Amino acid sequence: MFAYADAAVEGALAAGASYADARVVLRASRTIEAQNGEIEALRQGEESGVGVRALIGSSWGFFATAALDDASARAAGHRAAEIARASAVVAGPPVSLADVPVVEDHYETAFVVDPMTVALSEKADLAVAATRAMSDVAGVAVARVDLNCWDTRKWFVSSQGHRISQHIVEAGGGMSAVAVGDSETQVRSYPQSFGQYKTAGWETVRDFDLLGNAPRVADEAVALLSAPPCPSGTTDVILESSQLALQIHESVGHAIELDRILGWEAAYAGTSFLELPNLRSMRYGSDIMNITADATLPGALGSFGYDDEGTPSQRVDIVKEGTWVGVLSGRDSAAVAGLPPGGMVRADGYNRLPMVRMTNVGILPGDSSLEEMISETDDGILMETNRSWSIDDKRLNFQFGCEVGWEIKGGRRGRMLRNPTYTGITPQFWASLDRLGGEDEWTFWGVPNCGKGQPNQAGHTGHPAVPGRFRNVRVGVV
Amino acid sequence: MSIPDHLDVCDEVLALVGDRAEAQVVVSAGRSSLTRFANSGIHQNVAEDAVHVGLRVSLDGKLSSAGTSATDHESLGRLVDRALDAAALRPVDTDWPGLAPAAAAPDLSAGFDAATHDATPEQRAAVVRAFVDGAPELRAAGYCDTDSSVVSFANTAGQRLVGRSTRSTIDGIHQSDTSAGSAHQTSTRLADIDGVAAGERAALKARSSIDAVDIEPGVYPVLLEPEAVATILVFLAAYGFNAKAHAEGRSFAHPGEQQFDPSISIWDDALDARGIPFPFDVEGTPKSRLDLVAGGKTVGLTHDRRTAAKAGVESTGHGVPGGESFGGYAQNAFLGGGSASHDELVTAVDRGLLITCFNYCRILDEKTQVVTGLTRNGTFLVENGKIAGAVRNLRFTQSFVGALGPGKVLAVGNDGRLADSEFGPGGCWAPSLALAGWNFTGGAKG
Repeated sequence: MFAYADAAVEGALAAGASYADARVVLRASRTIEAQNGEIEALRQGEESGVGVRALIGSSWGFFATAALDDASARAAGHRAAEIARASAVVAGPPVSLADVPVVEDHYETAFVVDPMTVALSEKADLAVAATRAMSDVAGVAVARVDLNCWDTRKWFVSSQGHRISQHIVEAGGGMSAVAVGDSETQVRSYPQSFGQYKTAGWETVRDFDLLGNAPRVADEAVALLSAPPCPSGTTDVILESSQLALQIHESVGHAIELDRILGWEAAYAGTSFLELPNLRSMRYGSDIMNITADATLPGALGSFGYDDEGTPSQRVDIVKEGTWVGVLSGRDSAAVAGLPPGGMVRADGYNRLPMVRMTNVGILPGDSSLEEMISETDDGILMETNRSWSIDDKRLNFQFGCEVGWEIKGGRRGRMLRNPTYTGITPQFWASLDRLGGEDEWTFWGVPNCGKGQPNQAGHTGHPAVPGRFRNVRVGVV
Repeated sequence: MSIPDHLDVCDEVLALVGDRAEAQVVVSAGRSSLTRFANSGIHQNVAEDAVHVGLRVSLDGKLSSAGTSATDHESLGRLVDRALDAAALRPVDTDWPGLAPAAAAPDLSAGFDAATHDATPEQRAAVVRAFVDGAPELRAAGYCDTDSSVVSFANTAGQRLVGRSTRSTIDGIHQSDTSAGSAHQTSTRLADIDGVAAGERAALKARSSIDAVDIEPGVYPVLLEPEAVATILVFLAAYGFNAKAHAEGRSFAHPGEQQFDPSISIWDDALDARGIPFPFDVEGTPKSRLDLVAGGKTVGLTHDRRTAAKAGVESTGHGVPGGESFGGYAQNAFLGGGSASHDELVTAVDRGLLITCFNYCRILDEKTQVVTGLTRNGTFLVENGKIAGAVRNLRFTQSFVGALGPGKVLAVGNDGRLADSEFGPGGCWAPSLALAGWNFTGGAKG
């Protein structure tokens, strides 16, 4: 497959590109969706093609084709250069690329059980059985299981000499139970809303123990219908780790994307409240806030060997003892900012332009634990599992809803609360963080549906997290 | 000139299936090109020639689906084998409604514009140039795209259809250090896209917002411009009029009840030339107009073949790709226009807020349609029936159904057009709406 990537790059250079790179991608996917004891969807996808990126002056030109032959690949390179050249009508500043090592290498995800070879019957039986186990609980209207896996093989070539092949394996899924009342619905999910995903094999799904958790998930969904509502006011909030992971994703991960900071995403995803002159001096949060972007974590969803520019995966400090110290970057954005490239540029398929994406942006563990935090909280709410998420275009003003809240009084977990929500302003909220769970609670959460870019791309990102406590948070927004 | 169909690929796949199963094949092919700009310069410029072959088989009621981007005979053979092998391993689907029967679909060839299909990057760049030049002192960002597709459909029940469409959009903002303003245009033809007008509109909003001030959260009357109304339509369509959500009890919809103000009528019509017409859905059911709300009364639900069979009705032609778990969706929603001019809408609000568009809306509860989100790209205070100045973006937590309820609509604008919800270009046709109350729950300071 390297030959097609070579042809694409040669086509772009012949048409005048100052730099070009190309990816040949073969991607297979398997999806099973079950509801209330029946398989609703069983889908198998395969896509293949070559995408070539050409740089001329101030703009990238990109062209992709599903036709995998030498002539089509070469023509794609030519088209990419033509497209880049047309950008001169509305030119911006010239683009340069930060230096990275020129590498010839191969990388593979480590896995135990190849998810593509697991019998469909095993997957279907699990999905059906788990939905039945939830449906058996009176009051559950909709019991769902979604299981997915992807097998991606990539061959990357650049005009600077990169030749990198990778084999990325991802698997995961989850389940949910919906209970319907007279005036509202309630839902509980496991392991988290939208499922949990890893760069790993089918062992990921087997370890969930969906059947063992199904009755609890269903019971809680039904119980929520009659639970008292989350009160409105200001109180201490403990976020379980999957909700803290999403909090990191939205209020840290997107804010530190260098393309957003530079205004390249202004019209759609938005910009960032962060300004480069404040790097290494601005307070992002409290002293116990340590955030890294680490694409080398085994099993985390945002792990790989090289990004889609051929930059090696790496760990970058983002927030250190509460101070903002790092960004997510690619070769072009790093060159503008005068920073080392972070190896964080990826595309969601052969037919999309690679762009800055989160790798595994997560918080490092502290020295507390969920149980200890609860015992040290006189008056507060524990919130679990994301239900809604919204944040402004600068990543400042956020409001999140969770599936379930638990009242905390006098250091004890009490009654269940329905419709828990909390809101805040990013740096103020993170400044109120005063407890973090320990290493044994550190979980590599995966988000398989991070939207960004035009045309839109769905990124797969990882978020290591632990439970955390935040003081004086506005809750129960109505 | 027209791009060729792929009925030959459909036939090849059906021949490979033979008499082993019922089957339907959908081949989607097209050219998508998007010119993206930021900081007043083009920085990303992309295009692709894409093809996707989707196969669904029913092996005595045992279903599976498979897809591929390759169209050579060997790849199509693997596609068929994968689908049949998988179907054999699953239980019979007792709700399988069968394949769409042979039925003619409307000829919508006028919805395909060859010039848009053939548009060059230079032509898109010229639209961007015009937009950017609307305000040299501001920073422009956004995109201009052209998209063409031809969808070929065939099944073993004898249904054979081809649909072609084109679309072009300019969607952009102008920004100062303290403000932003946006504009949007969508059409089936690139030639209809006016970069000058869009740039001027975005610039006017950005310039008018430079000195925006904070305003206390609370309940305010609002004037929602078409982009904000389009976002409401998306939520109503996805979670409310969706027959699967309704059957599961998750929808707000109660057909036959007066759930909206009498001034509100909503329908879906993929055949209306004011939208982006397309003649059939992913299951091969011909499209037709479907009333969803008439004079404030909920009257319709969007069905695919599965939900229709369970409900004992005919499919309304609202199947969507991958929609087995999602249900039917109104992709071509219209909210009927009224007679109020822009000035009359502002007057109707008296004291309240004018909202250009919403951002990052997410649903808190499907049944109540309570949604949280923010305003973006131009929020203005209306006092004494006139625009008094700009305010900073606000967060809201509001039931979309409740906001359109009986007695809650002050006026409906005469400015209906294809509008860009926050989820994508031009799927909804919407006018401005003046509403009696909207619950703002936070501002820039929390």
